[in-house]
Amino acid sequence: MEKKVTSSEELAFKIRKDITEMSNIANSSHIASALSVTDIVAVLYSQIAQYDINNPQDENRDRIILSKGHAGSAIYAALAEEGFFNKDELYTYCQNGSILSGHVSQKNVPGVEFSTGSLGHGMPVGAGIALSAKIDHKKFNTYVIIGDGECDEGTIWECALFSRQYKLDNLIVIVDSNKMQAMGNCDDIISLNPFNEKWKSFGWNVYEIDGNNHEELRNTFLKIEKNGKPNVIIANTIKGKGISFMENNLVWHYKSPQGDDFKNAIEELEAKQ
Amino acid sequence: MRNSFVKKLVEIAKDREDIILITGDLGYNALDLFIENFPDRFINAGIAEQNMMGVAAGMAKEGKTVVVYSIGNFTTLRCIEQIRNDCAYNNADVKIVSVGGGFAYGTLGMTHHATEDIAMMRALPNVKVFSPADPLEAIACTEEMLKQKGTCYLRLNRGNEEIIHGENEKLDVKSAIKMNDGNDIAIFSTGNILYEAKKACEELKEKGFAVGLYSFPMIKPIDKQTILRCINESKLIITIEEHNIMGGFGGAVAEVMSEVPHNSKLLRIGLNDEYTSIVGKQNYLREQYKMSAKEIEERIISVYNH
Repeated sequence: MEKKVTSSEELAFKIRKDITEMSNIANSSHIASALSVTDIVAVLYSQIAQYDINNPQDENRDRIILSKGHAGSAIYAALAEEGFFNKDELYTYCQNGSILSGHVSQKNVPGVEFSTGSLGHGMPVGAGIALSAKIDHKKFNTYVIIGDGECDEGTIWECALFSRQYKLDNLIVIVDSNKMQAMGNCDDIISLNPFNEKWKSFGWNVYEIDGNNHEELRNTFLKIEKNGKPNVIIANTIKGKGISFMENNLVWHYKSPQGDDFKNAIEELEAKQ
Repeated sequence: MRNSFVKKLVEIAKDREDIILITGDLGYNALDLFIENFPDRFINAGIAEQNMMGVAAGMAKEGKTVVVYSIGNFTTLRCIEQIRNDCAYNNADVKIVSVGGGFAYGTLGMTHHATEDIAMMRALPNVKVFSPADPLEAIACTEEMLKQKGTCYLRLNRGNEEIIHGENEKLDVKSAIKMNDGNDIAIFSTGNILYEAKKACEELKEKGFAVGLYSFPMIKPIDKQTILRCINESKLIITIEEHNIMGGFGGAVAEVMSEVPHNSKLLRIGLNDEYTSIVGKQNYLREQYKMSAKEIEERIISVYNH
């Protein structure tokens, strides 16, 4: 189960650089969503999840589903950096005939667990996987990354009830809570508050952390106990994290960096490294 | 039909540990035989069909064959996107079973009348569609569906249907089942409305028409050969379904007919692109919406003579 990159900081840097380049070449965006989820993805893939790059379908692998499929470039980058497929493939992202679609796709992409794109789908599928694992006495974990805006979807809460009922303590949902959705701030559109309490009242183990802080992420993943309840990590993140002019700026849900924007973005990432 | 399905499912599940049954909190009493035999393989997902279908897709991904059971519109229209993206796109081994096709829950009102489900399911690539007419077809369809890989839809009527086919008849549900020979008119029927179609066929025979009658337990893929043969032999083709005439069984036959030269006329009998707004028993609604045996017979004669 060799991993090419085992430092989460190094993986996060590589992912950020890759997705900036991918967004630039493809002229396709959701870059800010991908930057927001990058640290979660980097810690999971470099240090937490068990998988085998030479056997992507290994039955004991941990399952990772990105339910906010529009941030798929972060997953593609993580998989390429970890060695599931050739990095050159990343530069075909969103282009005619590419296997790497704007919303994460498993078809022909080794390492992607499940295709998503329409919000609210990944979590029920993850619950089904977790339930199967229980029935078959398998030890792997199922990680599902959802967005806070995605929590407008009714299926999130249907699944929150279901997962509690079936005691899916092998299910770990991570909310990339960047406080923004397609047309503005979550609080101004459909407020989820009190968010933490909502999950608690649904009977989940709730961990609320800084979702861009690797140590907090790592420690939280490691301390999750299997106590008969499903787990949610509310990871408070910054949309566009890592490229200052994209941070908390909704326009980067739509725009891709070109010209000076691209140059400045790459320079900033490299300077921080 | 429902009990025949459950009995057959239990029989097959005895040898197949991969089979899981999930319900959206429907099937009180009806599912007991499965629950008693396989308590660990039965899941009640509550009244939350979208989650249920996603869970089914996840379990299928892990190697289970997941039978999802609920009432007509709830296992189909309510969660159509989960069926499309999570099940059918991935060829997930999810077997969607609905009870209450057409007007089977007639008294409960339009929400419970499943009259577009065939069209919706048929429109999804990779989904195979079964629509049995009687308990024997239901058993054969259950068996065939569980042999097939990938996402399937099985549309059942309800309970206590009369058996139409011979008890010892070997039914191949992948092909149209010939019920009567005759070359002037060919009647194609799917689902439980076959009772009405059969009665109409008998009346027409009495009146001297040469009428062929076929039951189609499988709508997708459809038995093209039978359709192509009949359009060469008969000048009038009739489709009968307890469903909208658009996009469903009549639509499927029309698609086949539109691609080849022929001289046959097509009459699609079913719900004429409308919602039901009255309630009543299944027979009553069939009369109201002009698909009882008598109406079928009259409409056929009228079109035949024009």
